Amino acid sequence: MASTEAKPDLAGLEAGLDALEAPTTAKAPVGQILREKALPPIAAIALVLVLWQLAYHFQLKPHYQLPSPADVWGSVHTMWLQGTLLGYIWTSVSRGALGFLASVVIGTPLGLLVARVAPVRAAIGPILSGLQSMPSVAWVPAAIIWFGLNDSTIYAVVLLGAVPSIANGLVSGIDQVPPLFLRAGRTIGATGLHGVRHVLLPAALPGYLAGLKQGWAFSWRSLMAAEIIATSPDLGTGLGQLLENARTNADMPGVLAAILLILTVGIGIELLVFRPVERRVLRSRGLLAGAR
Amino acid sequence: MATPVTEQPVQQDAGVPYAARLDHVSKSFGRPGAQQQVLDGITLDVAPGEFVCLLGASGCGKSTLLNLVAGLDRPSAGGIETPGGRPALMFQEHALFPWLTAGRNVELALRLRGVPRTERREHAERLLELVRLKGAYGKRVHELSGGMRQRVAMARALAQDSQLLLMDEPFAALDAITRDVLHEELTRIWAETNVSVLFVTHNVREAVRLGQRVILLSSRPGRIAREWTVDIPQPRRIEDSAVADLSVEITEQLRGEIRRHGQH
Ligand SMILES: Nc1ncnc2c1ncn2[C@@H]1O[C@H](COP(=O)(O)OP(=O)(O)O)[C@@H](O)[C@H]1O
Ligand SMILES: [Mg+2]
Repeated sequence: MASTEAKPDLAGLEAGLDALEAPTTAKAPVGQILREKALPPIAAIALVLVLWQLAYHFQLKPHYQLPSPADVWGSVHTMWLQGTLLGYIWTSVSRGALGFLASVVIGTPLGLLVARVAPVRAAIGPILSGLQSMPSVAWVPAAIIWFGLNDSTIYAVVLLGAVPSIANGLVSGIDQVPPLFLRAGRTIGATGLHGVRHVLLPAALPGYLAGLKQGWAFSWRSLMAAEIIATSPDLGTGLGQLLENARTNADMPGVLAAILLILTVGIGIELLVFRPVERRVLRSRGLLAGAR
Repeated sequence: MATPVTEQPVQQDAGVPYAARLDHVSKSFGRPGAQQQVLDGITLDVAPGEFVCLLGASGCGKSTLLNLVAGLDRPSAGGIETPGGRPALMFQEHALFPWLTAGRNVELALRLRGVPRTERREHAERLLELVRLKGAYGKRVHELSGGMRQRVAMARALAQDSQLLLMDEPFAALDAITRDVLHEELTRIWAETNVSVLFVTHNVREAVRLGQRVILLSSRPGRIAREWTVDIPQPRRIEDSAVADLSVEITEQLRGEIRRHGQH
């Protein structure tokens, strides 16, 4: 019947264990972050510019086909001086944002339905994934015939590009929720709608965010395809139309300027909007391994 | 010090005579024709405030049985009563939600059982204090050690304020020192809260260290093979000679059960 007395300092022992075993996180100094995160892309861009300038210098292509970086910059600068640059960007970005938001509003409930209702999944699940791999530019001719040369055509194409990505993102987010979470939720009383709200949706958030990010990329891509093909004086001039106009005028600096603007805006929105949100969510869940 | 087989639970509280009653519970999986019987005729009472350990080899149906008691699954035959409402359940994995802080995890359980918003924070902090995690309210799950996570999971289970706590090998993934400490904590919390515990493990010493009764399940199908009353007084230690002696006896029996399956 020998039983040792419980140690009086169990709390102290426990505190020691906690301190030893809990993961520690150290913040890197700003200088180091700048060096490791900002320097490489800047160096890469500089390298591209240098190679471009060399190609121009040695006339890899005739100058009317391959203008110099300075020519292209001049083209952008002229638009800026004319006060039209921001207008072009805004036309495209506002269309993209509106189309993206509409896609979220449609894609989210659609994704929930496909994920949670088996017959719906069987019926439209494969179509939804198929649509995702279809280039939405293929819809443009049909959309022009159905809706005419106006904003409806552009939005229709954007929606067809982005809705499947967003819905599929939510579906795969929900599919990847560990069953343990659902069981744990049920034991604490998160059943039915409570379960969806407090367990299923938060658990699916990372997948959903990935879908949103991809949805934006598809919105932007579809929008540019639509703008390039559907040019008409009735439609405002976005970056796609800018590109197409420059091409018809054989204005090569203008073409390259438009291409670079399209690229920059696409990357900029991903970096400024989606990346921070995604990182915040992943970091708060400890899912951002090896990243600061 | 240890008497084999008992009829009556040790503690008996006023009110309902049991925290859980299993009456000839059986469970089979699979389609008709190709059925696998996992549990066969389990009859068992857990008295209010009692600490019962369910012991068995891996795959003998321990988790299946707890899922049935927790109401996550239905028995194929027999009845289960838990008069104290939905039991709380702790898993081997902490199963905390990584999108919430430790404190919010506890608060979610409070919220779902209807505790008003204004009282939740204070209540959650009290529960965290009970598992000695006073400063952990705002910590994320991934910032906690394995032992701390299981203690938060325990606080969340206690937040359900259920009269019955089901534990499915909750310390199996922890290192020996941490497990030892959590044994002490669990014994203390059990004594303080007067909750009934049905604790599943494949670790004989753990069962003897913690339980007032140890129930041995046989495998394929799972039946109650034998049960022991452990009247070694608390606080016990896992290295106590009394714990060791009874463990030897139970291990012998457990090995016998397992050996039977090698013979055909
Ligand atoms: N949902 C299920 N479907 C089919 N078989 C199952 C299911 N759950 C458990 N089993 C089977 O039941 C047996 C007991 O499993 P389990 O209760 O997890 O054992 P333990 O927890 O004692 O290790 C195992 O043989 C397992 O394969
Ligand atoms: Mg198990």
